[in-house]
Amino acid sequence: MTQTGPFRLTSGGRLIDRAYQLPFRFDGRHMRGLVGDTLASALLANGQMMMGRSFKYHRPRGPISCGVEEPNALLGLGQGGRFEPNQRATTTPLVAGMVTSAQNCWPSLTADVGAVNNWLYRFFPAGFYYKTFMYPRGFWKHVFEPIIRRSAGLGKAPTQADPDKYEQAYAHVDLVVVGGGIAGLNAALDAARAGKSVWVLEQTPNWGGRTPADHADGLTRIDALLAELRALPNVTLRRNTMATGLYDHGYLLAREALADHDPNAGIPRQRLWRIRAGHVVVATGALERPLSFAGNDVPGVMLASAVRDYIADYGVAPGRSIVVVTNNDDAYRTALMALDAGLSVAAVIDARASATGALPDAARARGIRVLTDSAIAGVKGGTAVDGVKICAQSGSGVVTEEITADCVAMSGGWSPVVHLWSHCGGKLNWSDTESFFAPDPNRPPTGADGRAMASCTGAASGDLMVAGASGAAPESATMPVWIMPAHATRKMKYKMWLDFQNDVKVSDVELAAQEGYESVEHTKRYTTLGMATDQGKISNINGLAVLSGALNQPIPATGTTTFRPPYTPLTFGTIAAEARGDLFQPLRKTPMHAWHQARGAYWEPVGHWRRAYCYPKAGESHADAVAREIRAVRAGVGTLDASTLGKIIVKGPDAGRFLDMMYTGMMSSLPVGKCRYGLICNENGFLIDDGVAARLSDDTWLVHTTTGGADRMHAHFEDWLQTEWWDWQVYTANVTEQWAQVAVVGPKAREALERLGGMDLSAEALPFMGWATGEIAGIPARVYRISFSGELSFEVAVPANRGLELWEKLHQAGADLGITPYGTEAMHVMRAEKGFIMIGDETDGTVIPQDLGLGWAISKKKADYLGKRAQERSHMTDPARWKLVGLESLDGRVLPDGALAVADGMNANRQRRTQGRVTSTYMSPTLNAPIAMALVLNGPDRMGETLEFPVAGQETYKARIVEPVFYDKEGSRANG
Amino acid sequence: MVKALATISQIEDLGMIQIRADLVRAGDAIAGAAGLAIPAPGGCVTDDGTRRLGWMSPDELLLVLPRTDVADTLAALSDALSTEHALVVDVSDMRVAFRISGPRADQVLAKLSPADIPAMPTDGLRRTRAAQAACGIWREPGGYVLIGFRSVADYLRGILTGAAVPGSGLEPR
Repeated sequence: MTQTGPFRLTSGGRLIDRAYQLPFRFDGRHMRGLVGDTLASALLANGQMMMGRSFKYHRPRGPISCGVEEPNALLGLGQGGRFEPNQRATTTPLVAGMVTSAQNCWPSLTADVGAVNNWLYRFFPAGFYYKTFMYPRGFWKHVFEPIIRRSAGLGKAPTQADPDKYEQAYAHVDLVVVGGGIAGLNAALDAARAGKSVWVLEQTPNWGGRTPADHADGLTRIDALLAELRALPNVTLRRNTMATGLYDHGYLLAREALADHDPNAGIPRQRLWRIRAGHVVVATGALERPLSFAGNDVPGVMLASAVRDYIADYGVAPGRSIVVVTNNDDAYRTALMALDAGLSVAAVIDARASATGALPDAARARGIRVLTDSAIAGVKGGTAVDGVKICAQSGSGVVTEEITADCVAMSGGWSPVVHLWSHCGGKLNWSDTESFFAPDPNRPPTGADGRAMASCTGAASGDLMVAGASGAAPESATMPVWIMPAHATRKMKYKMWLDFQNDVKVSDVELAAQEGYESVEHTKRYTTLGMATDQGKISNINGLAVLSGALNQPIPATGTTTFRPPYTPLTFGTIAAEARGDLFQPLRKTPMHAWHQARGAYWEPVGHWRRAYCYPKAGESHADAVAREIRAVRAGVGTLDASTLGKIIVKGPDAGRFLDMMYTGMMSSLPVGKCRYGLICNENGFLIDDGVAARLSDDTWLVHTTTGGADRMHAHFEDWLQTEWWDWQVYTANVTEQWAQVAVVGPKAREALERLGGMDLSAEALPFMGWATGEIAGIPARVYRISFSGELSFEVAVPANRGLELWEKLHQAGADLGITPYGTEAMHVMRAEKGFIMIGDETDGTVIPQDLGLGWAISKKKADYLGKRAQERSHMTDPARWKLVGLESLDGRVLPDGALAVADGMNANRQRRTQGRVTSTYMSPTLNAPIAMALVLNGPDRMGETLEFPVAGQETYKARIVEPVFYDKEGSRANG
Repeated sequence: MVKALATISQIEDLGMIQIRADLVRAGDAIAGAAGLAIPAPGGCVTDDGTRRLGWMSPDELLLVLPRTDVADTLAALSDALSTEHALVVDVSDMRVAFRISGPRADQVLAKLSPADIPAMPTDGLRRTRAAQAACGIWREPGGYVLIGFRSVADYLRGILTGAAVPGSGLEPR
């Protein structure tokens, strides 16, 4: 026959507005649709049945459904950063000017080169990749994998950033109904009348589910329900909102589409709702199943309900002459509706021995030919349906006649949509009478109170007709038909598609069973059944049934696969929401951040802080800037923004006792007005933080932590106080951000500060390791005479809001002294020149203070401190532990960080033995030579020995073991 | 021109004092020095809105007051608690505060905080998070006040104004 293809009917279509046309493009061709169309209905209206190609064989594919379950009609949408692959044409509203492209075809949809796979299907059985590409071993990585990767994948990933905005929102609702069909709306009304706050989520733009299309008075019933619900103040109705997953504690995620239709509206494109639901009513309906007959994947073979929807909702006829093939009464509705729309119905092919219900009778009364115990033996046509071959369902496929048709409407029965119910543990029962898995109300997902946190209603609960609400008349039973005809030949099974997107056929599942696969989960992975972007919404049950048949066991014995969120694919943008660009993370900025920024600071991330690494001048490299900053400090004066250092107040009658437990050293004996360096270990003895503590008063200490350790040490303190020593009288407060802290460092530091006036900073008034309070430049300040650089150094803490003022005044007053801002790298190098350790460089969670020569900071007098017991265990006292030394490079090259010093011989794993590793390594501008620190076997006893550090592709580094203090060994510079 | 869901503005003149003590034993002393009654758990107590005493934990309160009053009140509190085991500390500079005002201020917070803000009582104080940053929230006539750490002021301003973008109301469409 002449192929006319699908077309727009002259009337009908409850969702479209014929007055408004929308131009769009598909694969470069200009087309027109109508307001209210989906992309699929618009393409069909333009005569375009073929919309894509399958994954493995590149078979031509048309839409099989009219909704979210669609595996075939997947398109690339949009351009540039807005390009989105694998979008379902059946759920995408048509937008004027839309640009769409077919996928998985080259050079074009109609002349696809990859379709050669189609003719080689006998050579691509289940598990083909596993069987074929195993040997020779080396070929996988270099030959097979690159080729497979190039030809794999349906859509292409976009190459540009998504320009759209997304957001999230939280809601707390007594009851959420998922599904805006007749069952969901009724459940919502019941709950709302009982006074609960109720949300109803509907994934499509339209209310009512199947009811308006399937029942003559359906729309009236839905409208009446909506009118009642809208009048209730405690009801919220949300369309375009897809419930994607249900998690523990009634946590429901749902995606609301806000501006998919208008990317330039300036509002977020989509919103991810994070809902805490008291209870979730799953009213998600049911999905129709295909029938497995030869040629069921030819474009034009569609689900019977989809044919009905295209006619009723969009006024689009998928064909002129329709054959219905079914195992149930419901599909007769399609035949009747096709007649109503002026189309011809060539026949209804019913697999059942008899068809006696009201719907079959109505079809016969309208003159439709009904064939019982009948089946489709094959579909004629390649890229479109030309007709069907008929045989007996109970036979092996002997063709009894051929019927001409251009569309096949198939129905293999319905499966309740149990995804949300199952996401968090709801169990299912197989119904032998209805041939589907339905929720077992006695085994629900439970909430914190041990009771059901979700329940199902309507078709999702197994009540397919929802007769109580829809008024549907009783229908005869669905006959389980998993293979059509029942005794189909092997050759026919090669053409019976189960998973249309991944090209998994009845023959593949049967082969898997023959090869010993019994678990449905294993079979799924072996054959890829249900693993495509549609996640097997229409294929899982059929595949399961075929596997059960091949294993000769009942379906419940085979079990079902696990349903996992999301129900339909979720855009990454909704998951990230505002967390992108400047707001990707909450960046922490010091009070002087803007000043650093204005001076071109190069930033170093330290936790969420941004600290100035160095301040390169125009044309200056980072290394040169660091060297310049260090020389300026050592020769004059520099300033470091030390505001990020952790500052924790510890106060109370037991504060001294508490700090003696937290630190390895003695803090309780520290006099008021003095500072002491301390080490904090965990209970395993390992060094986790360090810093200077100052005793502020009799019962109050202020302890400094590392920048990254502030929150962690505060939590560490509170952990011990709240769980172990809850009866000790100690309060802590993390006041890190209350203070801006400026290290003023260098031989001219005192002079620079004294120019600001207000405090006596002389060595007599403020000796090394002392602190004092007063005013500097009129700003209240606490000044600590501590040094991390070896130079004369004052750390000045002022209220954070006045930090910038102090900093700027210092730089004005010290300009002629050459006062120089320096960054974290200069700080690192200067402390290494002095042999001071850095948490995170010299420590890595396996290092104890004794390894670092810090025994002087461990109190011998104390009965206990955290880590003491651990440090006395045999491995910790082992003399063979690697210990801290300095290294002098022998050839002037800077040692690579982390480089390993090798020893003689090999270990048990045939690796070279090692005897040390580099922990810090820099070019020292002060010494004009490379310096390094390292942990080395028996290091302190091996002064002067040479170690070798082989590095791949370079000449082996050699270094001499020296003391770790490289500069000012006597420590006189700290006194200015 | 569509309006933003709420007006976001930074409050510059707030002072804050953190108080840690046994709230039963020291309650009267704190109330006397702060000039406000001790709030119930999860709540806060205010006079005419210029001073507010908020419950932060079983042994912690936050006194919010005009910045100019901080020094005197800090001294008064320290004095009143001198015989108690207590910690009173000025935390004004480490905090940043934003006013979220307008009829749809609650929607801005609903986009950022997992807390059930609509269910918060009028005299509630909620410690929660706004996107990735810790914060505290209380009501005031016409909207809310959100406090957070000063280092993330730019972040908080960014997410608040982003959540308030015109046309993005949470009403069903």
